[in-house]
Amino acid sequence: MNNALFESLLRLGDNTLVIGHRVSEWCGVAPVLEEDIALANMALDLIGQTQMWLGLAADVEGEGRSADDLAMLRDVWDFRNVLLVEQPNGDFGQTIMRQYLFDQFHLLQLQHLTQSTEDRIAAIAQKAVKEVTYHVDRSRDTVVALGDGTEESNRRMQAALTKLWPYIGEMFAADAIDLEMATAGVIPDPASLRADYDAATRVVFADAVLTPPAGDFAHGGGKTGFRHSEHLGHLLTQMQWLQRAYPGARW
Amino acid sequence: MYAQMVKSEASQEDPEKLAAFQKRIDANEKIEPKDWMPEGYRKTLIRQIGQHAHSEIVGQLPEGNWITRAPTLERKAILLAKVQDEAGHGLYLYCAAETLGVSRDELTEMLLDGRMKYSSIFNYPTLTWADMGAVGWLVDGAAIMNQVPLQRTSYGPYARAMVRICKEESFHQRQGFDIMMKMANGTPAQKQMAQDALNRIWFPALMMFGPSDKDSVHSSQSMAWKIKMNTNDELRQKFVDQTAPQAEYLGLTVPDETLAWNDEKGGYDFAEPDWSEFHDVIQGNGPCNADRLEARNRAWNDNAWVREGMMAHAAKKRAQKVAAQ
Amino acid sequence: MSDPRNEWPLWEVFIRGQHGLSHRHVGSLHAADAEGALKNARDVYTRRNEGLSIWVVEAAQITASSPSDKGPLYEPAESKVYRHPTFFDIPDEVGAM
Repeated sequence: MNNALFESLLRLGDNTLVIGHRVSEWCGVAPVLEEDIALANMALDLIGQTQMWLGLAADVEGEGRSADDLAMLRDVWDFRNVLLVEQPNGDFGQTIMRQYLFDQFHLLQLQHLTQSTEDRIAAIAQKAVKEVTYHVDRSRDTVVALGDGTEESNRRMQAALTKLWPYIGEMFAADAIDLEMATAGVIPDPASLRADYDAATRVVFADAVLTPPAGDFAHGGGKTGFRHSEHLGHLLTQMQWLQRAYPGARW
Repeated sequence: MYAQMVKSEASQEDPEKLAAFQKRIDANEKIEPKDWMPEGYRKTLIRQIGQHAHSEIVGQLPEGNWITRAPTLERKAILLAKVQDEAGHGLYLYCAAETLGVSRDELTEMLLDGRMKYSSIFNYPTLTWADMGAVGWLVDGAAIMNQVPLQRTSYGPYARAMVRICKEESFHQRQGFDIMMKMANGTPAQKQMAQDALNRIWFPALMMFGPSDKDSVHSSQSMAWKIKMNTNDELRQKFVDQTAPQAEYLGLTVPDETLAWNDEKGGYDFAEPDWSEFHDVIQGNGPCNADRLEARNRAWNDNAWVREGMMAHAAKKRAQKVAAQ
Repeated sequence: MSDPRNEWPLWEVFIRGQHGLSHRHVGSLHAADAEGALKNARDVYTRRNEGLSIWVVEAAQITASSPSDKGPLYEPAESKVYRHPTFFDIPDEVGAM
C-alpha cells in the first residue's frame, strides 16, 4: 500500500466528513427555511464527496474496508481532518465563518486536484470543484452580508473570525506526507495555496467590515492525527453510535 | 375557536355571492388569490395550510434527531435529503398561505406562541433508528393519503403546492419501508427494534387522520368548499387496508388484536386509537410538545440577528446603488 | 413580535428546464435581496435537476390582471374561432397540413 496516498485521501475525506456532519447538525433549526435547505444541500454535497474520498482511500488500503468502515469504525487518533472543521457550530455566525474559511481553502485545493497525476483523484475533484464553487459563493456572500449588516451581526462575525483565526494555518502546513505527494504531482503543496487564499479572504474581510486578528499563531495536530481537539470525540460518539452498539448489523 | 369565527363570518356574506362562489367550486373551477372568496373560506384555508406548513417544519425535528446518528453515509444522506424536503414542503405551503394575505412571519409567530397547531404525531419521540423506518413508512404513508386528494383542492395555490409536494414525497415512504425491511430481516436486536417502533407509532399514525367523522368539527363546510376531499374515517380505513398487509410482509405484528379482514365490507376491522390520548397531545401534553416548541422558538429567536443582519446589508446595498446613480 | 420591516421580501421564481420550453413559474421564496433570491431559488427549486436557468422577480413588482376584468380581457378571443386550425375543413386527400 502507498501509505502517503492513503493518508492524503483520509485528509481529504475526513475534512468533508467532519464539516459535512457539523453542517447537518443545523437541519431543522436554521435561521430561515431557505437557509435550512441551503445548508442541507451543502452537507449533502460534502457527504457525497466523503463517500468518494474514503471509498478511494479504502481501495488504496486494500484491506477490504469500506468508506463506511473508515467513517464509523476509526477512533479519534485515526482521523486526519484539520482542527477547523471539527470546531463546534456555535452560533450561526461561527458556523458560516468556519464554512467560508474552509470553503475558500477547499476550492483552491480542488482546483489543483483536478490536475492530479492520480486519475482517480482528478476525477473526484472535477465533480467536487463545481459543488464547492457554489459553497464559496454562498458562504462568502453570507459572511459579507452579516459582517456588513447590523451592529450585532458585525460583532458576532468579528467574534467568529477572532475565534477561528488560529485554525487557518493548519490547512496550509505541509508535512512529509504532503511533500511526498506534492513531488509526485498527486496533490498540491498546501503551502503553495496560501497566497491565493490570503488574497481572496482579505477582500472578503474588507467587504465584511471585519478586522483580521494580529498574529499568525496556528494550532496543529488535526491532519496528522497527533492531537485533535476534545470536540471530535463527541462528534464521533454520535456519528458512530449505531455501528459501535450493534457490531456487524446491516442497515 | 376558529370554527366559531368561521361560522359567524360566513353568515354575514352576501348570499348571492356565496351561491356563485359555490357554483364555481362545484364546477371544479380553481379559486385564485385575487378572486372574491368568503371570509370563512379564506380563514379556514389559512388555518389548514398554516397547520400543514407548521407540521412540515416541526416534523423536521423528530427525524432530524437521527441525522447525526445515521448508521451509514448513505443513510445519512438519504435521511438528510428527506428532512430537507420537509423544509421545502413547509416553504411551499407558507407561500401558498401568503397568497391569502398572511405573512410567513405572522404564521410562524402563531406557531411559536401556541395559537396555531401542528400535527400531533410530531409530539411523539423517535427513540431508535427503526423509528426512522416506521416514521417514513407509517407517518409519511398517512400524510400521503391526505395529500394526494388535496392536489384537486379548490384553492389554486394550495393545489399547486400539493402537486409539487406529492411528487417529491413519493420517495419518503419508500425509504422508510426500505429501512423497515433491513431491520425486519436483520439481527434479532434489529427486528425487535422494528417491532418496538411499530408498537409505538401505529396508533399515533391512525390519529393523524383526525377524530372520527361524528366528532369532527370542521368537516362538512370544508368538504363543500373542496378544502377537504375525504372524511377522516374514509382515509383511516384506506390507510389500514394498505398498511396491514405491508406489516405482514415485514413479519411484524400490528399492535391491535382486533385487526382482521372483513370480507363483507371489503376492508379491515381495527381498533380505534385512544382518543383521550389524542386530546391530551392536542392540549399540549404529548411526550414532546414542550421540547418541540422550545426547539422552534430557539431556532427563531436565537437567529433573529441573522435575518435582521441580512436585511440591513440588503438595504445598505440598495442605498449605495441609488447614491451611485 | 418580530418587526414586519425585517421580514425578507417575497420573490417569485421562474425556471427554464432541459427541454427548451420557456421559463415557467415554479413557486416563491423569501430573500433579503435579488442575489440572495437567486441563490435560494437554486437551493430550493432545483434540488432534483429541474432547471438550467433561473429568473427571480420581487413579488411586489408584478402587475397582475384582475379577475373582474376576465370578461373584457379574455372573452373577445372566444369568438375568433378562425384563429384555430380546426376551424378549417381540409379534405383528407390533401394529406397532412
